[in-house]
Amino acid sequence: MVPITTLHYLVVAAALFVLGVIGVLTRRNVVIVLMSIELILNAVNLNLVAFSRMWGNLHGQVFAIFVTVDAAAEAAVGLGILIAFFRNKETINVDEIDLLKW
Amino acid sequence: MNPVATPFFFYMLAGLAVISGVLVITRRNAVHSALALIVTLLSVAGLYLMLYAPFVAGVQIIVYAGGIMVLFLFVIMLVNIERSSKERRFNRMWPVGLAAACTLLALFVSAFAKGKALFPDRMMSLPESSNTQQIAAMLYGDAGKMGPYTFAFEVASLLLLAAILGAVIMTKKKI
Repeated sequence: MVPITTLHYLVVAAALFVLGVIGVLTRRNVVIVLMSIELILNAVNLNLVAFSRMWGNLHGQVFAIFVTVDAAAEAAVGLGILIAFFRNKETINVDEIDLLKW
Repeated sequence: MNPVATPFFFYMLAGLAVISGVLVITRRNAVHSALALIVTLLSVAGLYLMLYAPFVAGVQIIVYAGGIMVLFLFVIMLVNIERSSKERRFNRMWPVGLAAACTLLALFVSAFAKGKALFPDRMMSLPESSNTQQIAAMLYGDAGKMGPYTFAFEVASLLLLAAILGAVIMTKKKI
């Protein structure tokens, strides 16, 4: 059997990234769009940790932790915006988010 | 400790992650998507363990699967999913989005196929028993000296503070 190399992990991360991009571009439900963004950030994390192992140092893992912090901040603010939007328009459809102020 | 049966576990975890990733973006019910996303996050945590990153795997499980996904589930319960689960799942431009994503995938595949030789076959084995200790030394500094990421760590804490304030202000009815 082929030994598992860095490239294997990169292919998995690329697949997760493309799935996230498809979700962001095609879904209409804002909650699922935010979940797709989490998928994208996870793909990035997987890349960083795989490179960290390839080079044998821990900088990639520290960066992965920073990306996780970013993901938490992004999810909190995004869901806050979503709740404010739902209170005003009674919908969570991406197609209907087209006003900045009214 | 050397990992056992690496290819088997790798293909199992990778397959689980990708299959539940597909479920995340195709399910009609947002709660099902959230559950599939939890499976993806846990499989990715398993992949981190195989990459000698136990601390990142723990952070992944505690922060992502424990914190962020609970936040998602609460918001799904707050907003009205009855209506959105009856509507169309995809927007009208979905063929264009799919084509763009497939182009991106083709770009990745060609880059990996062309640049295969750039990635060395060797995989360093990192010491996993002192992993958390070494990450702490990089984040907080070691023996009174600042680590390479101490400043970035403080900035990240400010970012989290700003995010908390933003989320609270955003969800308040009247400011």
